[in-house]
Amino acid sequence: MRLDWEIAKRGWRRYAAYPWATAAGVFTNTIFGFLQAYILLAVFRHRSHVGSYDAADTVTYVWLAQALIMTVYVFGWQELALRIRDGAIATDLSRPLDPQRYWLAFDLGRAPYHLLFRGVLPFAVGALVFRVHYPSPLEALAFAGSVALAVVVSLGFRFLYNAAAFWLLDIRGVMTVAITLNLFLSGMVMPLTFFPGWLRSIAHALPFASILQTPVDVWLGKHHGADLAGVLALQALWAVVLLGLGRLALRGGARRLVVQGG
Amino acid sequence: MIEVEHLTKEFVVRRGRLRRERHVVEAVRDISFHVERGELLGYLGPNGAGKSTTIKMLTGILVPSGGRVTVAGLDPSKRRVELAKRIGAMFGQRVQLWWDLPLIDSFELLRHIYRVPADRYRTSLQRFRTVLDLDPFLHTPVRQLSLGQRIRGELTAAMLHEPELLFLDEPTIGLDVVAKQRVRDFLVEINRERGVTVLLTTHDLGDIERLCERLLVIDRGSLIWDGRIGELKERYGRDRLLIVDLERPVPPLEVAGAVVERVDGPRQWLRFRGPAADLTARVAAATRLVDLQIAEPDIEEIVRRIYAGER
Ligand SMILES: Nc1ncnc2c1ncn2[C@@H]1O[C@H](COP(=O)(O)OP(=O)(O)OP(=O)(O)O)[C@@H](O)[C@H]1O
Ligand SMILES: [Mg+2]
Repeated sequence: MRLDWEIAKRGWRRYAAYPWATAAGVFTNTIFGFLQAYILLAVFRHRSHVGSYDAADTVTYVWLAQALIMTVYVFGWQELALRIRDGAIATDLSRPLDPQRYWLAFDLGRAPYHLLFRGVLPFAVGALVFRVHYPSPLEALAFAGSVALAVVVSLGFRFLYNAAAFWLLDIRGVMTVAITLNLFLSGMVMPLTFFPGWLRSIAHALPFASILQTPVDVWLGKHHGADLAGVLALQALWAVVLLGLGRLALRGGARRLVVQGG
Repeated sequence: MIEVEHLTKEFVVRRGRLRRERHVVEAVRDISFHVERGELLGYLGPNGAGKSTTIKMLTGILVPSGGRVTVAGLDPSKRRVELAKRIGAMFGQRVQLWWDLPLIDSFELLRHIYRVPADRYRTSLQRFRTVLDLDPFLHTPVRQLSLGQRIRGELTAAMLHEPELLFLDEPTIGLDVVAKQRVRDFLVEINRERGVTVLLTTHDLGDIERLCERLLVIDRGSLIWDGRIGELKERYGRDRLLIVDLERPVPPLEVAGAVVERVDGPRQWLRFRGPAADLTARVAAATRLVDLQIAEPDIEEIVRRIYAGER
């Protein structure tokens, strides 16, 4: 536990070491927030609801998605894959520490940094300009839990596609597919409720929804009581499944590992 | 401490884009050796000989293609994590520290990974700070360190948890003379005083001469020498060199009992065995000598002879 804490602290510091990257990111997220908000609001000129969202839900979704984009790391992550590719994985494997545990702890240190420094500011700007929905204290609490689970699901997914590097060395192709799936099916491009019925059902059955759509819907108060417990349990289930698969991939990969470099 | 029997590692390399041809590289083939607790030995060989590959198998990060390895009573690739607590490994050409973090941060993290008690950690770190002179850059991010500074950090990282067995792959790469000497002294000290077993590879023959009593030499995957450094000198070092400066450049001299190894203008190197007086007389008879000197083969020359394939 102490060890995980120490690793998490370093995850935080690692990103805190590059404040200009953070500033540039905040700027970009804010611009994108405006763009996406105006595009999606145009849809509401002629109707009051799309799926289960009204206009206020939709702008709230937009700014939450921008605020969470780094926290739940929708985009490409290839730290593990690069370590396999250049042979640095040898270092990780020569220490008495499980690489998955390391990256999970590291990511749980990174995520709060991104939530605070990449998330709060864009959301605050959005909340000043648009009318956003605020959660009740209970919803806020559930939201916090849901975001934490989303980070774990996300890391589980990222770890899994990175482990492909044990077989492929270069995961750029795999990662492109992974990011594309994640962008659409997590609800990052458009809320899942905007999808046609059949696609929406499929998307909700997949782990990607747990990465973004679920926390957003929890904030918006779309889930109550048993339903709320259900979606949180589903997130936890996906976290366990993905981490389990990642663990199998790591074990198989380490067995056939060819450490690169002399 | 280390038992290696018929150890082999093959890499399958694929060539070409479409018709991918399979090609097998035998990086290590059928090597066997034993290392007792408390030995300090050098593992030598030309580039690409298979040294790093062997060390990776000994530390459990590569699974052998054949043969058997036992390190500290454990099968490295099967009991990697357990073994990792007891050994230290350092790969000189690799960054094992956390790139973005200050050096001290890496050490702190390692303390937790290896579960080193706080007081033990403090004394251990203090030692390294003095021996390796770490203080000037202890709080500098690793990515800003010079090669030599980083290597000093890497060495510390490999030894902070006081392992009973150390694998060092080119531990003195990039170190200046002072730092090199300190590292060597330190290795000798922990070996003598704490009985730490050390296996190191190096291309720096100074390391070998100052540190190692026993040498393993590997070439193209096969072990070609395993023995004391003294025996090695006896076996490969009997030949001496007579270096003669002549009046003017001439073709390689032909004198009985010696072969010319090298010619550089009026200077020639003659390799011979036995007393020098007779040979000198013969050379003087054959041509006009300006100057001469006799060189004992140093370790570098000996290793060159081994690598060159002499038996
Ligand atoms: N991942 C790999 N895939 C294919 N071949 C490899 C791989 N790693 C090493 N080899 C080959 O195995 C042989 C031994 O390499 P190794 O790194 O063990 O040499 P070394 O003795 O450490 O050399 P150096 O002194 O240059 O560090 C070389 O021929 C190398 O090309
Ligand atoms: Mg090497």
